[in-house]
Amino acid sequence: MTVTARAMGEVIDRIDGPDKVRGVARYAFEQPLDHPAYLYPVQSTIARGRIIGIDCRSASSTPGVLMVLNQYNAPRTNIPAGQGELNILQSDRVAFRNQFVAGVIAETSEIARHAASLVRLEYQEEPHDVELHGDRDDFWVPSAASAQFPMELDKGDVDAVLTSAPVRLDRVYTTARQYHNPLEPHTTAALWSEDGLTLYVSTQGVSGIRDVVTALFGLDPGRVRVVSSNVGGAFGSKVHANPDVVLTLLAARMVPNRPVKFALTRQQMFSQAGYRPPTVQRLQIGAERDGRIMAFSHSSTSATSKLVEYAEHCTRPTATIYAAPNLRTRQLVTSLDVPTPCIMRAPGDCPGMFAIECAMDELAVECGIDPIELRIRNEPEIHPASGLPFSSRNLIGCLQEGAQRFDWEHRDPKPRARNELGWLVGTGVAASTYHALQQSGSMATIRADPDGRYTVLIAAADMGTGTWTALTQVAADALGVPVGSVDLRIGDTAYPNASSAGGSSGIASWGAVICEAAGQLRDRLGRGGSIPRQGLEVTARMPENRYASQYALHSFGAQFAEVRVNAETGEVRVPRLLGVFAAGRIVNPKTARSQLLGGMTMGLSMALHEEGVLDPRFGHVVNQDLATYHVSSNADVGDVEVHCLDEDDPYVNPMGTKGVGELGIVGTAAAIANAVYHATGVRIRDLPITLDKLVAW
Amino acid sequence: MDVEISLRVDGAEHRLVVDTRTSLLDALRERLGNTSPKKGCDHGQCGACTVLLDGRRVNSCLALAVAHQGAQIVTAAGLAQDGALHPMQESFIRHDAFQCGYCTPGQIVSAVGMLDEARAGWPSAVTPDFASSNVSADGGGSGVLVEDEIRERMSGNLCRCAAYANIVPAVKEVAGR
Ligand code: FES
Ligand code: FES
Repeated sequence: MTVTARAMGEVIDRIDGPDKVRGVARYAFEQPLDHPAYLYPVQSTIARGRIIGIDCRSASSTPGVLMVLNQYNAPRTNIPAGQGELNILQSDRVAFRNQFVAGVIAETSEIARHAASLVRLEYQEEPHDVELHGDRDDFWVPSAASAQFPMELDKGDVDAVLTSAPVRLDRVYTTARQYHNPLEPHTTAALWSEDGLTLYVSTQGVSGIRDVVTALFGLDPGRVRVVSSNVGGAFGSKVHANPDVVLTLLAARMVPNRPVKFALTRQQMFSQAGYRPPTVQRLQIGAERDGRIMAFSHSSTSATSKLVEYAEHCTRPTATIYAAPNLRTRQLVTSLDVPTPCIMRAPGDCPGMFAIECAMDELAVECGIDPIELRIRNEPEIHPASGLPFSSRNLIGCLQEGAQRFDWEHRDPKPRARNELGWLVGTGVAASTYHALQQSGSMATIRADPDGRYTVLIAAADMGTGTWTALTQVAADALGVPVGSVDLRIGDTAYPNASSAGGSSGIASWGAVICEAAGQLRDRLGRGGSIPRQGLEVTARMPENRYASQYALHSFGAQFAEVRVNAETGEVRVPRLLGVFAAGRIVNPKTARSQLLGGMTMGLSMALHEEGVLDPRFGHVVNQDLATYHVSSNADVGDVEVHCLDEDDPYVNPMGTKGVGELGIVGTAAAIANAVYHATGVRIRDLPITLDKLVAW
Repeated sequence: MDVEISLRVDGAEHRLVVDTRTSLLDALRERLGNTSPKKGCDHGQCGACTVLLDGRRVNSCLALAVAHQGAQIVTAAGLAQDGALHPMQESFIRHDAFQCGYCTPGQIVSAVGMLDEARAGWPSAVTPDFASSNVSADGGGSGVLVEDEIRERMSGNLCRCAAYANIVPAVKEVAGR
């Protein structure tokens, strides 16, 4: 079933806009709670070892302190399999520097913070291992998260072709440790009373948090309510429950009937909220002289913590993007005494496509072919790994539209050919892609009232993506009513279970189940039937997409960058970015454009600024704040232009959407790196592209 | 140590008791329940907590409440008066100059304060002629802030959702009035 678009495709201002511009939309920490207590953590000062002593006396005796939580008095929890990082205050082991080892609950945040500084711990320190070297011998193949994205792939005879191909390329690319840094820190407020547990959390998925919490504390799900109506950015770091949620719950358990509030400081965000781990990637390409790829090999290595296996799956897009008769991917991981990394905007695909798209630019140079033409020559007819047809694929359309808008035709391919008053100017291009994912398990309820109003209930999330607005548009079309007749309710486990906002799957998943519920409601009403006096309510489950096994479902895009590099200092400026995307139906062109340009700008930030620097002596990241871990500021960003191609895809879901949250960040860093090469003749293969790497010319 | 102070916030007088360690931001958010200014870093590095303090934009996380007895404070909630949004707020909605909205009250207050600074002739790091008092001009004395001036002057307000390319035209539209 596909839904006729009336509201979908319309430019509608954000429904939550008037509240957000005044600052009256409430985020998790801002819920009006009666007489809250405040929590502040104590963090380990070693990277590996055991706690052998803890002295809480002066902290406990500080006026206003309610309790000092530690491994001896904290409630016991069951740790769900594979979630060792949630094992807070349950043992004497320390697995990384800055791990939570105690917590102070107090009448005010000032008292809690001061008292936390008075807690003394004694450790038996063990030698730690925090550095990812290429010459380690302890890598393993990570367990695959899903069959759709295998950790290893072999097609044809890659080695034989790589040694005999007329053009051969063998390069190593690295990406840096990157932190999500949503502007709203991870925050939690919890109230544990006889009536059950109420949690306000800044999260991408309330249902998932509830499931973890009930498992941890052995609670009846009916007695746990999780609320998260506004989320101040997330980018992947708020998909799962993090240690701060657990610490807050331990505290709330100890002070029943008293709300406990806890917000991570910005500095704590660098050890408690996940990060994109650094990657080392090797690309080997064998090609014909005309640029046609004969063999493609991509291997990627990253490190996880000792607590949870997380691999940055950089080889995920490799099989999708270009036709390669011989193809090999390898994914390896090792574990270190460091905090646990996690998914971050376009996990795997974003750093992976940085390497792939820089290598393609290098191949274009080797073959003396225009980089856009090179990509067109390697366009696959069917998915190179699965052999399935694409439900829709408009990479070439994106490249050509972008080329026209960027005046690519008049580009002199010679590097270092333009010098404008001491600034070397260059342009670069890269492809982007992301899978059109739908997550299973969501449910939705729609209530029709006799006055013609419809209430749509689903435990979905809006972390800035525009869900409040776009999902209302989807519901209106699914019901065949104006947008103004729909009241959407999200962000609360009081509503039907929903998958989390991740993998650009939000609208695709929640929209599909809302369409299903609306269809059932319309069937119940019958043609022209009026709504009964007592109203009518329907709850539906997420239907399976039968096309998912018949088609390869992906979005595509082309990114263009203009850079200016100061010939004296190596300073890099990006006056212009252009992204052309084919992502199916765009539900709300205004909010979708913001998502895409936000992704591109974060890609710029990844290309030029972002790098968490680990001190191997102590095992912590030294630049753990927003002054020293720079993210793009207003003055770093120039023109950012977004254009979406019309694309009609009847196979992805009833709305025809493919998701736009991640696509925008994929490829941007490569387009900028390629433009830097064009401007200067210097190929930078290690992110970020800082001026020290450019002044050594 | 606790001290009693008075603050005038968004036009309303408040008497409150604060710890001498309490920041102005925490006094507003935790004591007075005005959560319009946001806490992004508590360190003067993000701008989410920007308020107008006696008419000038400041990071309220860097100010101690006890040092501002009797101060006049305007937050984004107070820019909207009698139910009507401030033109800057309307412009932000029109240009979709935010996504999650967490930096937004700070951006808006900052933009309002910044335009006053430019009107008063304060130069910025990108102002070509520091000696000239005509800093807000686009070179021709039209009084319109050029985009690079807006970018520079708004760079104390980080937006991780990266709505900058929408924030600049949103501010420019109001600046041009
Ligand atoms: S919270 Fe004040 S500058 Fe970040
Ligand atoms: S709108 Fe999210 S940080 Fe600016």
